[in-house]
Amino acid sequence: MKVLSPVIEKSASLIPIHLQIKGAHLYQKAKKGIFKGSPVHVFKETPLPDVSTLALEDIDVSNPFLFKQNRWQSYFKRLRDECPVHYQKESPFGPFWSVTRYEDIMFVDKHHDLFSAEPIISLGGQPEGLAIETFIAMDPPKHDVQRQAVQAVVAPKNLKEMEALIRSRAAEVLDSVPIGKPFDWVETVSIELTSRMLATLFDFPYEKRHKLAYWSDVAASSPETTGGPGSTDEAFTVAAEVAKQFSLLWREKEAKKAAGEELGFDLISLLLANENTKDMINRPMEFLGNIVLLLVGGNDTTRNSMTGGVHALNQFPNEFVKLKNNPSLIPNMVSEIIRWQTPLAYMRRVAKEDVELNGQTIKKGDKVVMWYVSGNRDERTIDQPDHFMIDRKNARNHLSFGFGVHRCMGNRLAEMQLRILWEEILKRFDNIEVVDDPQYVQSNFVKGYTQLMVKITAKTS
Amino acid sequence: MGNITFIEHNGTQHTVDIEEGKSLMETAMDNGIPGIDADCGGACACGTCHVIVDNNWIGTTGSSTEDENQMLDMNPEKVGTSRLSCQIPMSETMGGMVIRLPEFQM
Repeated sequence: MKVLSPVIEKSASLIPIHLQIKGAHLYQKAKKGIFKGSPVHVFKETPLPDVSTLALEDIDVSNPFLFKQNRWQSYFKRLRDECPVHYQKESPFGPFWSVTRYEDIMFVDKHHDLFSAEPIISLGGQPEGLAIETFIAMDPPKHDVQRQAVQAVVAPKNLKEMEALIRSRAAEVLDSVPIGKPFDWVETVSIELTSRMLATLFDFPYEKRHKLAYWSDVAASSPETTGGPGSTDEAFTVAAEVAKQFSLLWREKEAKKAAGEELGFDLISLLLANENTKDMINRPMEFLGNIVLLLVGGNDTTRNSMTGGVHALNQFPNEFVKLKNNPSLIPNMVSEIIRWQTPLAYMRRVAKEDVELNGQTIKKGDKVVMWYVSGNRDERTIDQPDHFMIDRKNARNHLSFGFGVHRCMGNRLAEMQLRILWEEILKRFDNIEVVDDPQYVQSNFVKGYTQLMVKITAKTS
Repeated sequence: MGNITFIEHNGTQHTVDIEEGKSLMETAMDNGIPGIDADCGGACACGTCHVIVDNNWIGTTGSSTEDENQMLDMNPEKVGTSRLSCQIPMSETMGGMVIRLPEFQM
Protein backbone atom coordinates (compact mmCIF):
# COMPACT_ATOMS: atom_id res chain seq x y z
CA MET A 1 0.00 0.00 0.00
CA LYS A 2 2.99 2.28 -0.46
CA VAL A 3 1.31 4.33 -3.17
CA LEU A 4 -2.00 4.48 -1.40
CA SER A 5 -0.81 4.82 2.16
CA PRO A 6 -0.89 8.67 2.34
CA VAL A 7 -4.48 8.56 1.12
CA ILE A 8 -5.35 5.78 3.53
CA GLU A 9 -3.69 7.55 6.44
CA LYS A 10 -5.73 10.69 5.78
CA SER A 11 -9.03 8.99 5.17
CA ALA A 12 -8.61 6.48 7.99
CA SER A 13 -11.15 8.13 10.21
CA LEU A 14 -13.72 8.26 7.43
CA ILE A 15 -13.45 4.91 5.64
CA PRO A 16 -12.69 1.62 7.43
CA ILE A 17 -9.27 0.18 6.50
CA HIS A 18 -10.66 -3.05 5.08
CA LEU A 19 -12.83 -1.19 2.58
CA GLN A 20 -9.81 0.83 1.46
CA ILE A 21 -7.85 -2.37 0.84
CA LYS A 22 -10.72 -3.69 -1.26
CA GLY A 23 -10.59 -0.44 -3.20
CA ALA A 24 -6.85 -0.82 -3.75
CA HIS A 25 -7.43 -4.38 -4.98
CA LEU A 26 -10.01 -3.28 -7.57
CA TYR A 27 -7.68 -0.49 -8.66
CA GLN A 28 -4.79 -2.93 -9.18
CA LYS A 29 -7.01 -5.38 -11.06
CA ALA A 30 -8.24 -2.61 -13.34
CA LYS A 31 -4.72 -1.31 -13.87
CA LYS A 32 -3.43 -4.77 -14.80
CA GLY A 33 -6.40 -5.23 -17.16
CA ILE A 34 -5.88 -1.92 -18.94
CA PHE A 35 -2.11 -1.47 -18.89
CA LYS A 36 -1.10 -5.13 -18.69
CA GLY A 37 1.00 -4.44 -15.56
CA SER A 38 4.03 -6.59 -14.71
CA PRO A 39 2.90 -10.25 -14.92
CA VAL A 40 3.37 -12.50 -11.89
CA HIS A 41 5.75 -15.39 -12.55
CA VAL A 42 4.04 -18.77 -12.42
CA PHE A 43 6.20 -21.49 -10.85
CA LYS A 44 5.84 -24.95 -12.41
CA GLU A 45 7.52 -27.77 -10.55
CA THR A 46 10.20 -29.81 -12.31
CA PRO A 47 12.78 -32.06 -10.62
CA LEU A 48 15.91 -30.11 -9.64
CA PRO A 49 19.13 -31.44 -11.20
CA ASP A 50 22.04 -32.81 -9.17
CA VAL A 51 23.98 -29.64 -8.26
CA SER A 52 27.29 -31.18 -9.42
CA THR A 53 25.99 -31.13 -13.03
CA LEU A 54 25.50 -27.34 -12.97
CA ALA A 55 27.92 -24.51 -13.77
CA LEU A 56 28.33 -22.20 -10.75
CA GLU A 57 26.62 -19.29 -12.48
CA ASP A 58 23.57 -21.45 -13.23
CA ILE A 59 22.92 -22.32 -9.61
CA ASP A 60 19.73 -20.57 -8.52
CA VAL A 61 18.88 -21.10 -4.85
CA SER A 62 15.80 -18.88 -5.18
CA ASN A 63 14.03 -21.87 -6.75
CA PRO A 64 10.94 -22.40 -4.54
CA PHE A 65 11.19 -26.17 -5.00
CA LEU A 66 14.70 -26.46 -3.51
CA PHE A 67 13.28 -27.11 -0.02
CA LYS A 68 10.14 -28.86 -1.29
CA GLN A 69 12.31 -31.47 -3.06
CA ASN A 70 14.74 -31.59 -0.15
CA ARG A 71 17.73 -30.82 -2.42
CA TRP A 72 18.93 -27.76 -0.52
CA GLN A 73 21.82 -29.30 1.44
CA SER A 74 23.97 -30.19 -1.58
CA TYR A 75 23.20 -26.89 -3.34
CA PHE A 76 24.25 -24.75 -0.38
CA LYS A 77 27.28 -26.91 0.42
CA ARG A 78 28.58 -26.36 -3.11
CA LEU A 79 28.13 -22.60 -2.77
CA ARG A 80 29.80 -22.52 0.66
CA ASP A 81 32.77 -24.51 -0.62
CA GLU A 82 33.26 -23.04 -4.09
CA CYS A 83 31.62 -19.63 -4.18
CA PRO A 84 30.52 -18.47 -0.71
CA VAL A 85 29.37 -15.07 -1.96
CA HIS A 86 27.53 -16.03 -5.14
CA TYR A 87 25.83 -13.94 -7.83
CA GLN A 88 22.77 -15.18 -9.69
CA LYS A 89 22.12 -12.72 -12.46
CA GLU A 90 18.70 -13.70 -13.78
CA SER A 91 16.38 -15.42 -11.30
CA PRO A 92 12.58 -14.99 -11.43
CA PHE A 93 13.14 -12.55 -8.53
CA GLY A 94 15.77 -10.56 -10.39
CA PRO A 95 19.53 -10.66 -9.83
CA PHE A 96 20.74 -11.30 -6.28
CA TRP A 97 23.79 -12.19 -4.18
CA SER A 98 23.76 -15.25 -1.91
CA VAL A 99 25.82 -15.09 1.30
CA THR A 100 26.21 -18.66 2.55
CA ARG A 101 28.93 -18.86 5.24
CA TYR A 102 28.27 -18.19 8.93
CA GLU A 103 30.89 -15.46 9.41
CA ASP A 104 29.87 -13.55 6.26
CA ILE A 105 26.20 -13.71 7.25
CA MET A 106 27.08 -12.34 10.69
CA PHE A 107 28.95 -9.48 8.98
CA VAL A 108 26.02 -8.52 6.75
CA ASP A 109 23.45 -8.86 9.54
CA LYS A 110 25.48 -6.63 11.88
CA HIS A 111 26.11 -3.89 9.33
CA HIS A 112 22.75 -2.21 8.82
CA ASP A 113 24.78 0.87 7.89
CA LEU A 114 26.02 -1.00 4.76
CA PHE A 115 22.99 -3.21 4.07
CA SER A 116 19.43 -1.86 4.20
CA ALA A 117 16.40 -3.96 5.19
CA GLU A 118 14.16 -1.69 3.10
CA PRO A 119 11.84 -2.06 1.29
CA ILE A 120 11.25 -5.73 2.19
CA ILE A 121 13.15 -8.75 3.56
CA SER A 122 11.90 -11.39 1.09
CA LEU A 123 13.63 -12.18 -2.20
CA GLY A 124 10.72 -10.87 -4.24
CA GLY A 125 8.57 -7.81 -3.62
CA GLN A 126 5.05 -7.77 -2.19
CA PRO A 127 1.99 -7.88 -4.47
CA GLU A 128 1.64 -4.60 -6.31
CA GLY A 129 -0.58 -2.23 -4.31
CA LEU A 130 -0.28 -4.28 -1.12
CA ALA A 131 3.03 -3.25 0.38
CA ILE A 132 2.36 -3.20 4.12
CA GLU A 133 5.03 -1.35 6.10
CA THR A 134 6.61 -3.21 9.01
CA PHE A 135 9.63 -2.47 11.15
CA ILE A 136 11.39 -5.71 10.14
CA ALA A 137 11.82 -3.93 6.81
CA MET A 138 12.87 -0.51 8.17
CA ASP A 139 16.32 0.83 8.99
CA PRO A 140 17.24 2.70 12.17
CA PRO A 141 16.19 5.14 13.51
CA LYS A 142 12.59 4.53 12.33
CA HIS A 143 12.95 0.80 13.00
CA ASP A 144 13.97 1.34 16.63
CA VAL A 145 11.01 3.56 17.48
CA GLN A 146 8.45 1.17 16.00
CA ARG A 147 10.00 -1.95 17.44
CA GLN A 148 10.28 -0.50 20.94
CA ALA A 149 6.57 0.24 20.83
CA VAL A 150 5.56 -3.42 20.55
CA GLN A 151 8.58 -5.21 22.05
CA ALA A 152 6.93 -5.42 25.50
CA VAL A 153 4.34 -7.91 24.21
CA VAL A 154 6.93 -10.66 23.92
CA ALA A 155 9.37 -9.41 26.58
CA PRO A 156 10.34 -12.09 29.12
CA LYS A 157 8.42 -10.36 31.92
CA ASN A 158 5.18 -10.68 30.00
CA LEU A 159 5.96 -14.23 28.92
CA LYS A 160 6.23 -15.29 32.54
CA GLU A 161 2.61 -14.21 32.99
CA MET A 162 1.55 -16.31 30.01
CA GLU A 163 3.47 -19.50 30.71
CA ALA A 164 0.70 -21.34 32.59
CA LEU A 165 -1.87 -20.55 29.93
CA ILE A 166 0.42 -21.66 27.12
CA ARG A 167 1.12 -24.88 28.99
CA SER A 168 -2.57 -25.65 29.39
CA ARG A 169 -3.10 -25.09 25.64
CA ALA A 170 -0.28 -27.50 24.83
CA ALA A 171 -1.69 -30.09 27.25
CA GLU A 172 -5.17 -29.88 25.67
CA VAL A 173 -3.80 -30.53 22.19
CA LEU A 174 -1.53 -33.40 23.25
CA ASP A 175 -4.30 -35.03 25.28
CA SER A 176 -6.51 -35.16 22.20
CA VAL A 177 -4.16 -36.85 19.69
CA PRO A 178 -4.82 -40.47 18.61
CA ILE A 179 -2.59 -43.12 20.20
CA GLY A 180 -1.27 -46.04 18.19
CA LYS A 181 -2.62 -45.02 14.79
CA PRO A 182 -1.09 -42.80 12.11
CA PHE A 183 -2.02 -39.10 11.93
CA ASP A 184 -0.57 -35.89 10.51
CA TRP A 185 1.51 -34.14 13.19
CA VAL A 186 1.51 -30.90 11.17
CA GLU A 187 -2.26 -30.54 11.04
CA THR A 188 -3.15 -32.08 14.40
CA VAL A 189 -0.41 -30.68 16.62
CA SER A 190 1.79 -28.01 15.03
CA ILE A 191 -0.92 -25.95 13.30
CA GLU A 192 -3.48 -26.51 16.04
CA LEU A 193 -1.11 -25.54 18.81
CA THR A 194 0.30 -22.52 16.96
CA SER A 195 -3.23 -21.29 16.23
CA ARG A 196 -4.20 -21.65 19.89
CA MET A 197 -1.09 -19.83 21.01
CA LEU A 198 -1.60 -17.02 18.49
CA ALA A 199 -5.23 -16.68 19.60
CA THR A 200 -3.97 -16.49 23.18
CA LEU A 201 -1.33 -13.86 22.40
CA PHE A 202 -3.81 -11.70 20.49
CA ASP A 203 -6.77 -12.60 22.75
CA PHE A 204 -8.47 -13.33 19.44
CA PRO A 205 -11.91 -15.03 19.46
CA TYR A 206 -10.94 -18.62 20.23
CA GLU A 207 -13.46 -20.27 17.91
CA LYS A 208 -12.01 -18.31 14.97
CA ARG A 209 -8.39 -19.21 15.78
CA HIS A 210 -7.79 -21.25 12.61
CA LYS A 211 -8.21 -18.09 10.58
CA LEU A 212 -5.01 -16.72 12.14
CA ALA A 213 -2.87 -19.53 10.73
CA TYR A 214 -4.66 -19.33 7.39
CA TRP A 215 -4.15 -15.57 7.11
CA SER A 216 -0.50 -15.92 7.99
CA ASP A 217 -0.03 -18.65 5.39
CA VAL A 218 -1.57 -16.50 2.68
CA ALA A 219 0.49 -13.46 3.69
CA ALA A 220 3.74 -15.47 3.38
CA SER A 221 2.95 -17.50 0.27
CA SER A 222 2.39 -15.11 -2.63
CA PRO A 223 4.38 -16.24 -5.69
CA GLU A 224 6.05 -12.89 -6.38
CA THR A 225 7.30 -12.64 -2.78
CA THR A 226 8.61 -16.14 -1.95
CA GLY A 227 7.69 -18.37 -4.90
CA GLY A 228 4.78 -19.80 -2.93
CA PRO A 229 1.59 -21.32 -4.33
CA GLY A 230 -0.73 -18.46 -3.24
CA SER A 231 -2.48 -15.85 -5.36
CA THR A 232 -2.64 -12.05 -5.38
CA ASP A 233 -6.44 -12.02 -5.18
CA GLU A 234 -6.30 -14.15 -2.05
CA ALA A 235 -3.66 -11.85 -0.52
CA PHE A 236 -5.91 -8.80 -0.94
CA THR A 237 -8.98 -10.59 0.41
CA VAL A 238 -7.03 -11.71 3.46
CA ALA A 239 -5.49 -8.27 4.10
CA ALA A 240 -8.97 -6.76 4.11
CA GLU A 241 -10.25 -9.48 6.45
CA VAL A 242 -7.30 -9.04 8.86
CA ALA A 243 -7.86 -5.28 8.94
CA LYS A 244 -11.56 -5.72 9.67
CA GLN A 245 -11.23 -8.37 12.39
CA PHE A 246 -8.37 -6.67 14.22
CA SER A 247 -10.00 -3.23 14.05
CA LEU A 248 -13.06 -4.77 15.71
CA LEU A 249 -10.91 -6.38 18.36
CA TRP A 250 -9.12 -3.09 19.00
CA ARG A 251 -12.37 -1.14 19.40
CA GLU A 252 -13.67 -3.78 21.80
CA LYS A 253 -10.58 -3.53 24.02
CA GLU A 254 -10.58 0.23 23.78
CA ALA A 255 -14.18 0.30 25.05
CA LYS A 256 -13.19 -1.96 27.95
CA LYS A 257 -10.32 0.34 28.82
CA ALA A 258 -12.60 3.39 28.66
CA ALA A 259 -15.06 1.62 30.99
CA GLY A 260 -12.22 1.19 33.49
CA GLU A 261 -12.02 -2.59 33.13
CA GLU A 262 -8.69 -4.27 33.71
CA LEU A 263 -6.72 -5.03 30.53
CA GLY A 264 -5.00 -8.36 29.94
CA PHE A 265 -1.53 -9.36 28.77
CA ASP A 266 -2.54 -9.75 25.12
CA LEU A 267 -0.99 -7.77 22.28
CA ILE A 268 -3.76 -5.23 21.78
CA SER A 269 -4.23 -4.59 25.49
CA LEU A 270 -0.51 -3.90 25.81
CA LEU A 271 -0.56 -1.60 22.80
CA LEU A 272 -3.52 0.24 24.34
CA ALA A 273 -1.72 0.51 27.67
CA ASN A 274 1.44 2.02 26.16
CA GLU A 275 1.64 5.79 25.74
CA ASN A 276 3.40 5.52 22.35
CA THR A 277 0.98 3.02 20.85
CA LYS A 278 -2.40 3.70 22.44
CA ASP A 279 -3.59 5.54 19.30
CA MET A 280 -2.04 3.15 16.78
CA ILE A 281 -5.42 2.41 15.22
CA ASN A 282 -5.33 5.97 13.86
CA ARG A 283 -2.14 5.05 11.97
CA PRO A 284 -3.62 2.16 9.98
CA MET A 285 -0.48 1.24 8.03
CA GLU A 286 1.51 0.90 11.23
CA PHE A 287 -1.36 -0.96 12.89
CA LEU A 288 -1.84 -3.45 10.05
CA GLY A 289 1.92 -3.81 9.55
CA ASN A 290 2.50 -4.75 13.18
CA ILE A 291 -0.40 -7.20 13.26
CA VAL A 292 0.75 -8.98 10.10
CA LEU A 293 4.38 -9.05 11.24
CA LEU A 294 3.53 -10.63 14.59
CA LEU A 295 1.07 -13.00 12.93
CA VAL A 296 3.54 -14.28 10.33
CA GLY A 297 6.48 -14.13 12.74
CA GLY A 298 4.65 -16.30 15.26
CA ASN A 299 3.18 -18.80 12.84
CA ASP A 300 5.45 -20.48 10.29
CA THR A 301 8.46 -20.30 12.54
CA THR A 302 7.16 -22.06 15.65
CA ARG A 303 4.90 -24.38 13.68
CA ASN A 304 7.74 -25.77 11.60
CA SER A 305 10.09 -26.06 14.56
CA MET A 306 7.39 -28.08 16.33
CA THR A 307 7.37 -30.48 13.40
CA GLY A 308 11.12 -30.24 12.80
CA GLY A 309 11.90 -31.49 16.30
CA VAL A 310 9.89 -34.67 15.76
CA HIS A 311 11.50 -35.19 12.35
CA ALA A 312 15.01 -34.63 13.75
CA LEU A 313 14.58 -37.03 16.68
CA ASN A 314 13.43 -39.70 14.22
CA GLN A 315 16.48 -39.22 12.03
CA PHE A 316 18.71 -39.34 15.11
CA PRO A 317 16.98 -41.90 17.36
CA ASN A 318 19.87 -42.04 19.86
CA GLU A 319 19.13 -38.41 20.67
CA PHE A 320 15.55 -39.38 21.57
CA VAL A 321 16.93 -41.94 24.04
CA LYS A 322 19.30 -39.30 25.42
CA LEU A 323 16.38 -36.89 25.83
CA LYS A 324 14.19 -39.38 27.68
CA ASN A 325 17.06 -40.21 30.02
CA ASN A 326 17.78 -36.54 30.68
CA PRO A 327 14.82 -34.16 30.17
CA SER A 328 16.92 -31.29 31.56
CA LEU A 329 18.44 -31.16 28.08
CA ILE A 330 15.17 -29.74 26.70
CA PRO A 331 16.23 -26.05 26.68
CA ASN A 332 19.46 -26.88 24.86
CA MET A 333 17.57 -29.17 22.47
CA VAL A 334 15.16 -26.34 21.67
CA SER A 335 18.06 -24.21 20.38
CA GLU A 336 19.38 -27.19 18.43
CA ILE A 337 15.95 -27.79 16.84
CA ILE A 338 15.76 -24.14 15.79
CA ARG A 339 19.26 -24.39 14.22
CA TRP A 340 18.63 -27.74 12.53
CA GLN A 341 15.25 -26.70 11.14
CA THR A 342 15.94 -22.98 10.38
CA PRO A 343 12.23 -22.38 9.70
CA LEU A 344 12.89 -19.11 7.86
CA ALA A 345 15.64 -19.73 5.34
CA TYR A 346 16.94 -16.18 4.89
CA MET A 347 16.56 -12.44 5.28
CA ARG A 348 17.24 -10.13 2.36
CA ARG A 349 19.09 -6.80 2.33
CA VAL A 350 20.06 -4.17 -0.27
CA ALA A 351 23.64 -2.82 -0.37
CA LYS A 352 23.73 0.90 0.47
CA GLU A 353 27.20 1.30 -1.04
CA ASP A 354 29.79 -0.89 -2.82
CA VAL A 355 30.98 -3.54 -0.36
CA GLU A 356 33.84 -6.06 -0.63
CA LEU A 357 32.78 -9.39 0.87
CA ASN A 358 34.88 -12.55 0.76
CA GLY A 359 36.56 -11.57 -2.53
CA GLN A 360 33.46 -10.29 -4.32
CA THR A 361 32.36 -6.71 -4.92
CA ILE A 362 28.71 -6.18 -4.11
CA LYS A 363 27.51 -3.04 -5.89
CA LYS A 364 25.34 -0.36 -4.33
CA GLY A 365 21.68 -1.27 -4.91
CA ASP A 366 22.28 -5.03 -5.29
CA LYS A 367 20.03 -7.48 -3.45
CA VAL A 368 21.92 -9.51 -0.83
CA VAL A 369 20.38 -12.67 0.65
CA MET A 370 21.71 -13.99 3.98
CA TRP A 371 21.00 -17.72 3.81
CA TYR A 372 20.68 -18.59 7.51
CA VAL A 373 19.79 -22.13 6.47
CA SER A 374 23.27 -22.46 4.93
CA GLY A 375 25.19 -20.63 7.67
CA ASN A 376 23.59 -22.96 10.21
CA ARG A 377 25.24 -25.88 8.36
CA ASP A 378 28.63 -24.20 7.84
CA GLU A 379 31.36 -26.70 8.73
CA ARG A 380 33.78 -23.79 9.29
CA THR A 381 31.88 -22.61 12.36
CA ILE A 382 29.69 -25.51 13.49
CA ASP A 383 31.00 -28.95 14.44
CA GLN A 384 29.32 -31.76 12.42
CA PRO A 385 26.61 -29.33 11.34
CA ASP A 386 24.32 -31.89 9.69
CA HIS A 387 24.13 -33.86 12.93
CA PHE A 388 21.30 -33.15 15.33
CA MET A 389 22.82 -33.16 18.84
CA ILE A 390 20.53 -32.22 21.71
CA ASP A 391 23.53 -31.64 24.00
CA ARG A 392 25.47 -29.61 21.39
CA LYS A 393 27.90 -27.15 22.97
CA ASN A 394 27.06 -23.53 22.12
CA ALA A 395 23.74 -24.59 20.57
CA ARG A 396 22.48 -21.05 21.16
CA ASN A 397 24.95 -19.64 18.61
CA HIS A 398 22.72 -20.50 15.62
CA LEU A 399 21.68 -17.92 13.01
CA SER A 400 17.95 -18.70 12.84
CA PHE A 401 16.94 -15.60 14.85
CA GLY A 402 19.29 -13.36 12.89
CA PHE A 403 21.74 -10.98 14.57
CA GLY A 404 21.98 -7.22 14.94
CA VAL A 405 19.11 -4.76 15.30
CA HIS A 406 16.64 -7.00 13.46
CA ARG A 407 17.24 -10.02 15.69
CA CYS A 408 13.99 -11.91 16.17
CA MET A 409 11.82 -10.11 18.70
CA GLY A 410 9.83 -13.23 19.58
CA ASN A 411 12.84 -15.47 20.21
CA ARG A 412 12.07 -15.98 23.90
CA LEU A 413 8.44 -16.76 23.18
CA ALA A 414 9.45 -19.28 20.52
CA GLU A 415 11.87 -20.98 22.89
CA MET A 416 9.29 -21.06 25.65
CA GLN A 417 6.60 -22.58 23.41
CA LEU A 418 8.94 -25.31 22.20
CA ARG A 419 10.25 -26.00 25.70
CA ILE A 420 6.71 -26.38 27.07
CA LEU A 421 5.69 -28.58 24.13
CA TRP A 422 8.57 -30.99 24.73
CA GLU A 423 8.08 -31.00 28.51
CA GLU A 424 4.44 -31.98 27.97
CA ILE A 425 5.32 -34.54 25.26
CA LEU A 426 7.76 -36.34 27.57
CA LYS A 427 5.10 -36.53 30.31
CA ARG A 428 2.75 -38.41 27.98
CA PHE A 429 4.50 -40.24 25.16
CA ASP A 430 7.17 -42.88 24.97
CA ASN A 431 7.73 -42.52 21.25
CA ILE A 432 6.64 -40.47 18.23
CA GLU A 433 7.49 -42.52 15.16
CA VAL A 434 7.55 -40.93 11.70
CA VAL A 435 5.76 -43.45 9.44
CA ASP A 436 5.97 -41.80 6.00
CA ASP A 437 8.24 -39.40 4.07
CA PRO A 438 7.67 -35.78 5.14
CA GLN A 439 6.05 -33.38 2.64
CA TYR A 440 7.63 -29.93 2.39
CA VAL A 441 6.36 -26.39 1.71
CA GLN A 442 6.79 -24.74 -1.69
CA SER A 443 8.68 -21.54 -0.88
CA ASN A 444 12.19 -20.15 -0.96
CA PHE A 445 11.58 -18.43 2.39
CA VAL A 446 9.58 -20.74 4.64
CA LYS A 447 11.47 -23.98 5.23
CA GLY A 448 8.71 -26.14 6.55
CA TYR A 449 6.37 -29.09 6.35
CA THR A 450 2.93 -29.58 4.83
CA GLN A 451 2.67 -33.11 6.25
CA LEU A 452 4.46 -35.39 8.71
CA MET A 453 2.67 -38.69 9.36
CA VAL A 454 3.45 -40.11 12.80
CA LYS A 455 2.33 -42.86 15.17
CA ILE A 456 2.47 -42.31 18.92
CA THR A 457 3.20 -44.77 21.68
CA ALA A 458 1.88 -43.66 25.07
CA LYS A 459 3.96 -43.98 28.23
CA THR A 460 3.26 -47.20 30.05
CA SER A 461 4.04 -46.29 33.66
CA MET B 1 45.32 -12.18 41.38
CA GLY B 2 42.11 -10.13 41.76
CA ASN B 3 38.56 -11.28 41.51
CA ILE B 4 35.14 -9.93 40.58
CA THR B 5 31.68 -10.66 41.94
CA PHE B 6 28.57 -11.36 39.87
CA ILE B 7 25.24 -10.88 41.66
CA GLU B 8 22.26 -12.65 40.11
CA HIS B 9 18.85 -10.99 40.04
CA ASN B 10 17.76 -13.16 42.97
CA GLY B 11 20.76 -12.01 45.02
CA THR B 12 22.98 -15.10 44.64
CA GLN B 13 26.64 -14.06 44.52
CA HIS B 14 29.45 -15.67 42.52
CA THR B 15 33.07 -14.59 42.93
CA VAL B 16 35.47 -15.53 40.15
CA ASP B 17 39.13 -14.87 39.33
CA ILE B 18 40.12 -12.29 36.76
CA GLU B 19 41.81 -13.69 33.67
CA GLU B 20 43.46 -10.88 31.80
CA GLY B 21 42.83 -10.91 28.04
CA LYS B 22 39.41 -12.50 28.29
CA SER B 23 36.17 -10.56 28.05
CA LEU B 24 33.84 -10.28 31.02
CA MET B 25 31.33 -12.43 29.06
CA GLU B 26 33.91 -15.19 28.52
CA THR B 27 34.86 -15.07 32.17
CA ALA B 28 31.20 -15.49 33.14
CA MET B 29 30.63 -18.33 30.66
CA ASP B 30 33.83 -20.17 31.66
CA ASN B 31 32.74 -20.05 35.29
CA GLY B 32 29.17 -21.15 34.56
CA ILE B 33 27.55 -17.96 35.85
CA PRO B 34 23.80 -18.38 35.24
CA GLY B 35 21.87 -15.61 33.50
CA ILE B 36 24.22 -14.84 30.61
CA ASP B 37 23.38 -16.44 27.25
CA ALA B 38 25.86 -14.84 24.81
CA ASP B 39 23.94 -16.09 21.77
CA CYS B 40 26.22 -14.42 19.21
CA GLY B 41 29.40 -15.66 20.87
CA GLY B 42 30.87 -12.21 21.52
CA ALA B 43 30.14 -10.26 18.32
CA CYS B 44 28.11 -7.46 19.95
CA ALA B 45 25.19 -8.59 17.81
CA CYS B 46 22.53 -10.08 20.08
CA GLY B 47 22.31 -8.30 23.44
CA THR B 48 22.10 -11.50 25.50
CA CYS B 49 25.18 -10.89 27.67
CA HIS B 50 23.66 -7.78 29.25
CA VAL B 51 25.11 -6.85 32.67
CA ILE B 52 24.73 -3.88 34.98
CA VAL B 53 28.04 -2.50 36.20
CA ASP B 54 28.10 -1.23 39.78
CA ASN B 55 28.06 2.58 39.84
CA ASN B 56 31.48 2.69 41.52
CA TRP B 57 33.06 0.71 38.68
CA ILE B 58 31.58 2.28 35.55
CA GLY B 59 34.56 4.64 35.42
CA THR B 60 36.87 1.61 35.16
CA THR B 61 34.89 -0.32 32.54
CA GLY B 62 33.70 2.74 30.65
CA SER B 63 30.11 3.30 29.49
CA SER B 64 28.34 1.40 26.70
CA THR B 65 29.46 2.21 23.16
CA GLU B 66 27.19 3.16 20.27
CA ASP B 67 27.40 -0.41 18.92
CA GLU B 68 26.28 -1.84 22.25
CA ASN B 69 23.46 0.68 22.56
CA GLN B 70 21.98 -0.53 19.29
CA MET B 71 21.26 -3.83 21.00
CA LEU B 72 20.71 -2.52 24.55
CA ASP B 73 18.20 0.18 23.59
CA MET B 74 15.66 -2.50 22.71
CA ASN B 75 15.83 -3.96 26.24
CA PRO B 76 13.33 -2.66 28.81
CA GLU B 77 15.75 -3.60 31.63
CA LYS B 78 18.48 -1.26 30.37
CA VAL B 79 19.81 1.22 32.94
CA GLY B 80 22.50 3.91 32.89
CA THR B 81 25.37 1.53 33.66
CA SER B 82 24.21 -1.30 31.38
CA ARG B 83 26.90 -2.93 29.22
CA LEU B 84 27.26 -5.92 26.95
CA SER B 85 29.80 -8.00 28.83
CA CYS B 86 31.41 -9.31 25.61
CA GLN B 87 32.64 -5.77 25.03
CA ILE B 88 34.46 -5.43 28.39
CA PRO B 89 38.06 -6.74 28.29
CA MET B 90 39.17 -7.93 31.72
CA SER B 91 42.15 -6.36 33.44
CA GLU B 92 43.80 -6.53 36.85
CA THR B 93 42.55 -3.00 37.58
CA MET B 94 39.09 -4.57 37.99
CA GLY B 95 39.91 -6.45 41.21
CA GLY B 96 36.89 -6.23 43.56
CA MET B 97 34.47 -5.14 40.83
CA VAL B 98 30.76 -5.87 41.32
CA ILE B 99 28.53 -6.81 38.35
CA ARG B 100 24.76 -7.26 38.57
CA LEU B 101 22.77 -9.49 36.23
CA PRO B 102 19.36 -8.46 34.87
CA GLU B 103 16.28 -10.61 35.53
CA PHE B 104 16.07 -11.68 31.87
CA GLN B 105 18.24 -11.74 28.77
CA MET B 106 16.42 -10.98 25.54
